[in-house]
Amino acid sequence: MKTSASTLPISRWLGYAVLILFALISLGPLWIALKTALTGPNSLFGSGGSLLPQDATLFNIQRVLGFVDPTDPRLQQTGLAKITFFRALLNSVIFTVLAVAPQIFFSATAAYAFARLRFPGRDLLFFLFIAATMIPTAVLFIPNFILIHDLGWLNTFQGMAAPYALMTPFAVFFLRQMFLATPKDVEEAARIDGASYFSIFFRMILPIHGSSLATLAILTTVSTWNEFFWPFLIGREESVRVIAVAINAFRTQQQAGSPDWTGLMACTVLGVIPMVALLVFFGRKVVESFQFSGMK
Amino acid sequence: MPTKTSILPDHSAPAVDRFHLHKRLTEREGFCGWLFITPALVGFTLFYLLPTIRAFYIGLTNWNLLRAPKFLGLDNYQRLLGDGKFWSSIWVTVLYVLYNIPIQTVLGLLIAVLLKRLTGSVAMRSIMLAPFLVSNVIAAMIWFWMLDPILGFVNFLLQSLGLGTHAFFSDENLALPTIAAINIWRHMGYCALLFYTGLQSIPEHLYEAARIEGASQWKMFSSITLPLLRPTVVFVLVTSVIGSFQIFDTIAVTTQGGPGTATRTIVWYIYQEAFSSMRMGYASAMSTVLFLGLVVVTLVQMRVLRSGESDLG
Repeated sequence: MKTSASTLPISRWLGYAVLILFALISLGPLWIALKTALTGPNSLFGSGGSLLPQDATLFNIQRVLGFVDPTDPRLQQTGLAKITFFRALLNSVIFTVLAVAPQIFFSATAAYAFARLRFPGRDLLFFLFIAATMIPTAVLFIPNFILIHDLGWLNTFQGMAAPYALMTPFAVFFLRQMFLATPKDVEEAARIDGASYFSIFFRMILPIHGSSLATLAILTTVSTWNEFFWPFLIGREESVRVIAVAINAFRTQQQAGSPDWTGLMACTVLGVIPMVALLVFFGRKVVESFQFSGMK
Repeated sequence: MPTKTSILPDHSAPAVDRFHLHKRLTEREGFCGWLFITPALVGFTLFYLLPTIRAFYIGLTNWNLLRAPKFLGLDNYQRLLGDGKFWSSIWVTVLYVLYNIPIQTVLGLLIAVLLKRLTGSVAMRSIMLAPFLVSNVIAAMIWFWMLDPILGFVNFLLQSLGLGTHAFFSDENLALPTIAAINIWRHMGYCALLFYTGLQSIPEHLYEAARIEGASQWKMFSSITLPLLRPTVVFVLVTSVIGSFQIFDTIAVTTQGGPGTATRTIVWYIYQEAFSSMRMGYASAMSTVLFLGLVVVTLVQMRVLRSGESDLG
């Protein structure tokens, strides 16, 4: 920026101070969660105001994952409820993969048809898809719950993933925009050379738009990993419940007594780690994907 | 094409015919169009189109999922008009949106301007985005801990500043603003990134020209930045208001509608009616009203913010 010349240094410093303050506000709570997760089970009382874990240990992380021997004396202490989080992490991975991978593939085939192929009813259909982005979840959840209930799919992964697996209006809309933004000369040349629509889709469209597909994959993976309401309605049993549902269950189970804060924070830290890893390893791509998610 | 058929093992005539049929169909644009769209169309029909119609129909019935639905006509809607709980939940939701959106939007704008003028490094943008990558449930859980009246970090901080401790979630006056604050924390950085993207599309020469004319910082912000950022502001406001009206997750984890009715928002009430009281019909009628309400709110916003016009020119 060339603004510095006309801006007083003092206001610039003030700006940096405010920006750092916001950075601290953003990260502070995550640090407190990590600190608590690493705090020894006997040291929680009296450590509330400290910024570093007291009596630092990985014990909480290990015990919520079920890696601690059940006869371990530390587990017998009062307040340490039984938390089984390993299954929830695994369930989240299964749910996310089942919901995201086919969604992106089928949204891509649909977006290709909407962007490039002419067929009767196309524009009306696309209009309906766009209109669907306006329908609030609050309207859809009752009929969709009843459908999954009638199919006998409550507490199954297919029931949890079904509404996401074939399409979301956003994914179709987003990919269609991306496909439309590239010139179609090459595809037309390939048609003339006798390539089928299938080979054009698999050999040209998908590879050319790898970056857009990655952007969509990041956006949908994050939102699916964090999804609560639908999995909460469909998958409450321990065998299928995802991390958000499990954490909510642990928290409401313990309402009466003093909550097992170190265990709960260990769960939240484990739930956040994949997202933080995404930011650390693919920072630029992730940040730009989210910036791009607002483009129409 | 004849060269292609020779690749096929020469077993029987029907196989070759099927191949030709397959080949002819996959050459046709219209056929392929429908084929490529079929999976998405099935998903759209099953999970968007039919449920929307069905939600409206269920709203006209009395149904507890155990017995067959009983058709009531518009009775549910009539009942809704006289249901004080419904109106109070609408009021709580509107109040929540008013706590949530203005602060979130202003802070988002402030952060975006600071990012643009000081440092838009990937690291700084990642830090700002981090809370948004944390799920609603986990964000609520972390703040529930930080605001715990006995052990929470925030209460320690407040006490050491001589401000006393507060039971944020069990105080009727504090519960709703506290939930709004959690969501402001989670969303402000994401809003900032969307605004930041919008800021980058504003041509730098406009600021240079204004500077030559001796315009103040505030003047430049209000006469150049804000008007040219309007399309982004409209998008962010419209989507965040729609989301804010449907607040649920944070309430499920923290207050569950309480204390009293202080945080019983409309989606929480709909959920309670549907799954605690098993009144699918009445819950669907309320969700239909919420849908229509959101359409009206969105149209009003777009009208007020003149979303269709551009100031660039």
